[in-house]
Amino acid sequence: MSTSEILLRAAALEQVREQRYASRKRINQLALSLSLLAMGFGLFWLFWILFETVRLGFSGLTLSVLTEMTPAPNDAGGLANAIYGSFLMVCLATFVGTPIGVMAGIYLAEFEPKSALAATTRFVNDILLSAPSIVIGLFVYAVVVTRFKTFSGYAGIASLTLIVIPVVIRTTENMLQLVPAGLREAAYALGAPKWKVILSITMRSAQAGVVTGILLAVARIAGETAPLLFTALSNQFWTSSLSEPMASLPVTIFKFAMSPYENWQHLAWAGVFLMTLAVLGLNILARVLTRNKL
Amino acid sequence: MNTTTLAAKDEQTKIAVKNLDFFYGKFHALKGINLEIPENKVTAFIGPSGCGKSTLLRIFNRMFELYPEQRAQGEVLLDGENLLTSKQDVALLRAKVGMVFQKPTPFPMSIFDNIAFGVKLFENLSTSDMEDRVEWALKKAALWNEVKDKLKQNGASLSGGQQQRLCIARGVAIKPEVILLDEPCSALDPISTAKVEELIIELKQDYTVVIVTHNMQQAARCSDYTAYMYLGDLVEFGATEQIFFKPSRQETEDYITGRFG
Repeated sequence: MSTSEILLRAAALEQVREQRYASRKRINQLALSLSLLAMGFGLFWLFWILFETVRLGFSGLTLSVLTEMTPAPNDAGGLANAIYGSFLMVCLATFVGTPIGVMAGIYLAEFEPKSALAATTRFVNDILLSAPSIVIGLFVYAVVVTRFKTFSGYAGIASLTLIVIPVVIRTTENMLQLVPAGLREAAYALGAPKWKVILSITMRSAQAGVVTGILLAVARIAGETAPLLFTALSNQFWTSSLSEPMASLPVTIFKFAMSPYENWQHLAWAGVFLMTLAVLGLNILARVLTRNKL
Repeated sequence: MNTTTLAAKDEQTKIAVKNLDFFYGKFHALKGINLEIPENKVTAFIGPSGCGKSTLLRIFNRMFELYPEQRAQGEVLLDGENLLTSKQDVALLRAKVGMVFQKPTPFPMSIFDNIAFGVKLFENLSTSDMEDRVEWALKKAALWNEVKDKLKQNGASLSGGQQQRLCIARGVAIKPEVILLDEPCSALDPISTAKVEELIIELKQDYTVVIVTHNMQQAARCSDYTAYMYLGDLVEFGATEQIFFKPSRQETEDYITGRFG
């Protein structure tokens, strides 16, 4: 092959390469602009929601919202009992649901991941995870409320717990599965018993992820209305007794926003603002935890 | 093949393997292995990928029992007692037979706690005794000078080579009798590798060391005995010089000289 031939071939190859590169670049630009468009579409609505919440909610946010009880129509008042009720029920539901969920997640990931019981649990858990929350509310109504013949804080906690458990099971299992098998083997190779390996090594590595899952579960139940509507109902007054009907932020917002009374509507917006703020805070906290530890 | 007997008779056998078969489900991974691993020596297992050398290593501390579909048949005598049928708790066996893995696996805790973790499983030491033990183990693993000022830092903050020496220190800290090394240098750069190899030669004064390696120079450099395995069979076992300079089997020679493998 002569020198000129070699040069000619190299030039031809160069040309083909440039053509291919130009077409790849065009496809890349197209894909990028479509992705940006989709992202913009999502963000647009999110920011609109946030903007409206702040615009309508912030002005109604006064100290009396936090200190006074829910008022009668066209009367002054606040949301103190609803905030307290929500706080109490969410805390207790998380308190009850988290250990159950974490332990079930540990069973699924660490003890018998391939057994028939685990497969069944996983399947049922997936159903529970995607069950409409109103179904859970009605279930608790049928099982708890009709039996004790009264709406109560306990019934509200029960239905929120039923929502927390599947979320925590799923995240715990997923996070434990991310722990490399080598780390487990290394701990076993030192002669550590199984419970010690799980507690000190695998759970510790998965800690940030599991906590994030719990926080996201809290954020989810903090805004749930349907499961409380038939269980805790609502209460116009302050109560710390869990065997009585109990006010909650979402149900109060629901009731007030649907009403024709202007002061109730203002309070509903203030409540929406507070709840959005709390959920946003929980999400940010979850983010921070995962970024630092995982 | 017949039981391989060692050239030098004055050596004590630490682990004796007799007619050992191993199965991954239905796959027959080790076929009738017979071999004697001498005490206070370094024994290397070499052979191409999939020949069963890591599998054999993982039987010595019953690691395979973590996976229900794996099973071993035959005898593995540690100081004369068959560890496969022994009633002894597996944790106590693993305290005697430590293991270091291919990839460094620092635990998600401080350097100090990485080492104290294993010790605490078997011993109740006072704080100062524990500090002494950690220092001793880190010195054994030639890591003390590099980490003595940052024992509270997370183990993951160390470099790959340091992490691997931390794992060796962690194994040494519980004072085992045997140390199993499963390709301990395959994820390390040459300088870290050299450090770990030096360490292996040091360690044999007090421990019986068994190392699986893909690197034949490594086997030649730091082992006293070498076993060549191929497709689940032990092809040849003997003193390292003999295996490398005048192997008695053609297959061994082909592998070692690079005509195969």
